[in-house]
Amino acid sequence: MSAHNDSAHSEPEPVDLSDPKLSRFEVYKEGLRRDDIEIIHYEPRFAKPGTKAEKRMERIVGGLFLFSGLFATLFVVAYIWWPWEYEGAATWRDPQTWYTPILGATLGLSLLLFAVGVLTWAKKLLPVEELVQDRHDGGSSQEDRRIAEATVDGLVEDMGLKRRPFLVKAALLGAAPLGLAAVAPLGALLKDPGDMLTVTGWNAEKYNDGEPVRLMMKDGALLRPDMVSVGGQLTVFPAIDHGATNEFPTAPVLLIRLRETDAEILRENLYPMYQDVDALWGNFVAYSKICTHVGCPASLYEQQTQRLLCPCHQSQFNVVDNAAPVFGPATRHLPMLPIDVDDEGYFIATSDFLVPPGPAFWNRPSLPEEDEK
Amino acid sequence: MKRRKGSSDSLLTKAGGELDDRFKLAGPARVLLNKVFPDHWSFLLGEIALFSFILLLLSGTFLALFFEPSMAHVTYEGAYVPLQGIEMTKAYESALDISFEVRGGLFMRQMHHWATLLFMASILVHMLRIFFTGAFRAPRETNWMIGILLFWVGFFEGFFGYSLPDDGLSGTGLRIMEGMTQSVPFIGPWASAALFGGQFPGTSVISMIYIIHVFIFPLILLALITVHVGLVFAQKHTQWPGPGRTEHNVVGFRMFPNYVMKQVGFMLFIWGVIGAMAGLFQINPIWLFGPYEVSVVSSASQPDFYVMYLDGLIRLFPAWELRIPPYFTLPAVFWPAIAGMGLSVLLPLVYPALERRFTKDRGHHNLLQRPRDTPARTSLGVMVVVFWIIGVISGGNDVFAQAFHISLNAMTWAGRIGIVVLPIIAYYVTYRICLGLQQHDREVLAHGLETGILMRDPNGRFYEVHQPLAEPDEHGHTELEYSGWVVPKKMNRVGALEPTDKGFFKSIEEPAENGGAERRDEIESGRK
Repeated sequence: MSAHNDSAHSEPEPVDLSDPKLSRFEVYKEGLRRDDIEIIHYEPRFAKPGTKAEKRMERIVGGLFLFSGLFATLFVVAYIWWPWEYEGAATWRDPQTWYTPILGATLGLSLLLFAVGVLTWAKKLLPVEELVQDRHDGGSSQEDRRIAEATVDGLVEDMGLKRRPFLVKAALLGAAPLGLAAVAPLGALLKDPGDMLTVTGWNAEKYNDGEPVRLMMKDGALLRPDMVSVGGQLTVFPAIDHGATNEFPTAPVLLIRLRETDAEILRENLYPMYQDVDALWGNFVAYSKICTHVGCPASLYEQQTQRLLCPCHQSQFNVVDNAAPVFGPATRHLPMLPIDVDDEGYFIATSDFLVPPGPAFWNRPSLPEEDEK
Repeated sequence: MKRRKGSSDSLLTKAGGELDDRFKLAGPARVLLNKVFPDHWSFLLGEIALFSFILLLLSGTFLALFFEPSMAHVTYEGAYVPLQGIEMTKAYESALDISFEVRGGLFMRQMHHWATLLFMASILVHMLRIFFTGAFRAPRETNWMIGILLFWVGFFEGFFGYSLPDDGLSGTGLRIMEGMTQSVPFIGPWASAALFGGQFPGTSVISMIYIIHVFIFPLILLALITVHVGLVFAQKHTQWPGPGRTEHNVVGFRMFPNYVMKQVGFMLFIWGVIGAMAGLFQINPIWLFGPYEVSVVSSASQPDFYVMYLDGLIRLFPAWELRIPPYFTLPAVFWPAIAGMGLSVLLPLVYPALERRFTKDRGHHNLLQRPRDTPARTSLGVMVVVFWIIGVISGGNDVFAQAFHISLNAMTWAGRIGIVVLPIIAYYVTYRICLGLQQHDREVLAHGLETGILMRDPNGRFYEVHQPLAEPDEHGHTELEYSGWVVPKKMNRVGALEPTDKGFFKSIEEPAENGGAERRDEIESGRK
């Protein structure tokens, strides 16, 4: 490699292409010259063609291509004929277990071998070369700029943009509503959020003809107090149509049967708004399961520490203190569902949540009761 | 057209002539064939993203043949026994069918997912390379901005992609997105209702993100990638400084055959790696997560890695909710999620302009800088990287807490403190390292290489023999100028101690007449 310096750089002379004595290389070099390219270094990888070393390299590359083809064939064969249907829990002895790994291994190997072949060809057989090309960085020449400027000015002049300001303004005034018209159909997506963030499936008026909504389990079984052991907890849903489905995403509630001592502590701590409606029933308390941070189910119940933990962002709520947040990014307590037991012995919700459950939102009403201790 | 006698490529000449008659190709084709490309391994990181993208289009098309973006309810009666009889959406059912009842479907699903991870990872690494070497400077600011947009379109494309199967994990991701959307001042609840067609999860979100995922965003990505690569081509690639390399030239090899062959080889290599991973390494086993139910989640619910830093920020951000009673609330999640993401888009976009303003450097730059030579920028970059890594780790802090038996709350606090303190420390440390490396470069250029040979002079003083890098000039000085490129730091780098022979089992040393490698000798300096 010879050191190359711009200042010491002598422009190669143009050659006469009509000269019949020009070699192919000279014609080629003239092409390079026209693209402002100069060869600094160019030599064949093997000084003598056909040597042992070159033949060896050819064999290696050829072998890589052939093996690649072999594995590609194996891929196609396996794809078609290897047993693939899933037939229940299979062990490693069953051939279908190996279907996907075999596809990966064969296709991967085939591609990798071909890749190494091409790369070896490029790195070990192509001539060693180093060229230098002028970059022509920066803008166009002053001449080109002047011509372009004159052309654009001519266009502006022809259209009379300067002489006809009224037309320009009228066009802009017309185009603005057109632009609006283009995006207006997106308005079809708009929906009034209405009460979707504040009213849940526990709302008796909206979903149960005014009858208090009963509590049920996922399978639809109504809930009686004796179905939860002391210290136990259950995920429950409003006993209405589709009450346990994603149609009521803010309805799921965690019903906890506290131990007597814990229930005592909770009763002492109870927020006035929950005292007013007598939200507990015996030692049973029902908290919204939807985290007040961004809405994951806060469903990991630590009986020892009486905490509820949301596995998404680790907000933690104190079960014996109105499920107030004690750690993590959540700022609000999990709303309590006021519960009671009806004449037939089933749990009911005496009303919907007193504050909107789930994550906070911009126009969430800030009720003073919430902040009362 | 005259046929050249006895020429084996006369057919090619004829075909070329026919084509040129119609499309006038000879001139442009020559320019293309001869175009010179600079060579360095670090210039190929962006290509990994490009090749992954091609594979994403192919595997995605396969998946689209079988996937049904519908939230209609069905009862699963497919091959996977544990889920039989369970209510789910058609989207989840068809994703399960792709995994169990489409020939090679699981392979394709895993290929699509692995290719996405590689796509996003290589964009990140490529972005770091561009940043730390100053390749974003004029005249390439536009391409830097296009690159940032590519990352963010890819980010949402990926997020929407793993939301589509409607399994337990993807529903949780959408739920978090809903919580984030609702926190936006003024428009939050309306935006959320528009996104989910009313209340979350609704019945329309899958089909909406499906059309975005398979049509709108791929189209945007394709357009941006085309412009991105086109600009690299038109503006010519940057190059490292070195002998003969200036701001006004490109030193390297020709596009054909050298560059194109290496690119094709590299492309097949990337595809081979993804193909092998698709078959051998399981990813996103949706059948284990079950259908999405709002009341069900498990611990260790992590997004894909490129979303994790955002999730980490959301976990770390303190419970600071702004209440404007009686009507308005600015939820805590607004700051890390909406403001944080907004800054993550905006700051990188304007960084080239900021740097221009602060360094008052308005020139064009085609030579790259070594990170050590721009300590302030390098330290700033490392600062951001450290911030990001802490975000990613915090995005999985429950997994770390469990795996290493650390208190979860301790992890959170460590993240909260760390994300403020460690980037500052990282800035200082990086700055000092850069200066140290600079100084060492100068030292070697001035005094030469350490040879490891200790001498003792007649006074009893010990000293190390240094190997100067240049011939002494008339004053006996051997000091060299720093040229912005690697300074050899070890004797091996200047040819000492090279193996005298090549070959693994047996010698393959080429005979000298075949232009074989020049013989290296053991260094003799310091010997009697």
